[in-house]
Amino acid sequence: MNANDLANKLREKFGEPVSAPAEFRGELTLNVADAERIVEVCEFAKKELGFDYLVDVSSVDNYGDDPRWTIVYELYGLAHRCYLRLKTNVSEEKSELPTVTGVWRTADWHEREIYDMMGVRFRGHPDLRRIIMWEGYPYFPLRKDFPLAGKPSEMPDVAFSKPAPIEGGPFVTAPGGKDAIEREPRVKTSGD
Amino acid sequence: MKNTQEFGYDSRIEGDVIHTSVDAAINWFRKNSIWPMPMGLACCAIELMATGASRFDISRFGMEVMRFSPRQSDCMIVAGTVTYKMAMAVKRIYDQMAEPKWVIAMGACASTGGMYRSYAVLQGVDNIIPVDVYVAGCPPRPEALLDALMKLQNKVQREPLLATLKKPGPALAKA
Repeated sequence: MNANDLANKLREKFGEPVSAPAEFRGELTLNVADAERIVEVCEFAKKELGFDYLVDVSSVDNYGDDPRWTIVYELYGLAHRCYLRLKTNVSEEKSELPTVTGVWRTADWHEREIYDMMGVRFRGHPDLRRIIMWEGYPYFPLRKDFPLAGKPSEMPDVAFSKPAPIEGGPFVTAPGGKDAIEREPRVKTSGD
Repeated sequence: MKNTQEFGYDSRIEGDVIHTSVDAAINWFRKNSIWPMPMGLACCAIELMATGASRFDISRFGMEVMRFSPRQSDCMIVAGTVTYKMAMAVKRIYDQMAEPKWVIAMGACASTGGMYRSYAVLQGVDNIIPVDVYVAGCPPRPEALLDALMKLQNKVQREPLLATLKKPGPALAKA
């Protein structure tokens, strides 16, 4: 039993809403078309296919594209030692999908982190609070439209924040330039 | 080589009496018993621990008594990255420390925010509390921290103590 067989079983069970497995560098990814069905898919993957370990849940901000959010689930089976990646998309207007804490309890903190950093909510989550930033911080700092330097905010007696002086940064090293000036422009604008 | 010169106090000549000023005496007591408040927030705290251990031995300066209670400490060593989430806690602990109190900003992060030009990090602990000595380094070597402590000792020795005591302090001035 390898990851390919397992992925095909998942596809047989759910049919069209689950895409054909895409392989990249030995890793399999399945797209789940409807984010509302992610719980059934995960439940089947855990109970029937033995993916008993949720390695990580992460989120992608496809800023400028629709749907804006991609939620990524990294699955692993301790018995069969196969990895599988599930992806599902959520639109910005909705910004909500069902929680998988009922399937893997470890999803609790992963989903809280996504809520904290991206502002995507998980319906049915037992305790959807911020996990890294403080309660009452008004922004979601990992979104692409949030400046790296930060924004000012004020929560009396809890915390405040100010934009950091980044002097035209962030400074990004581009590969292949002849000299340091070419490789490391002072300002990386969105145009280049 | 035998040292033939007599330094300082010699009980055979001077008896049990020393002449000095109150300022000099009290400052001397203070500077040799600065109890640090280890505000260890990141990797600098590891170097702070090394400073306390036997190779570097902070107790040579009377500072080995790391106090984890702000009520009992004199010098807050802010060792590490101060995030905005932690900032108010650092300030609260500083406010709880009894006067006289000093602050050392240990390392690049505590001094200026360091490499963290980001939304989450306070750009220098001097935005919220007054800092006496800044230590460069990422993290600074224990020698650098000891040098900062010696600089702080020199600063304490220079303090116009009586003049300060006669004035209402910040706590009194606020009321």
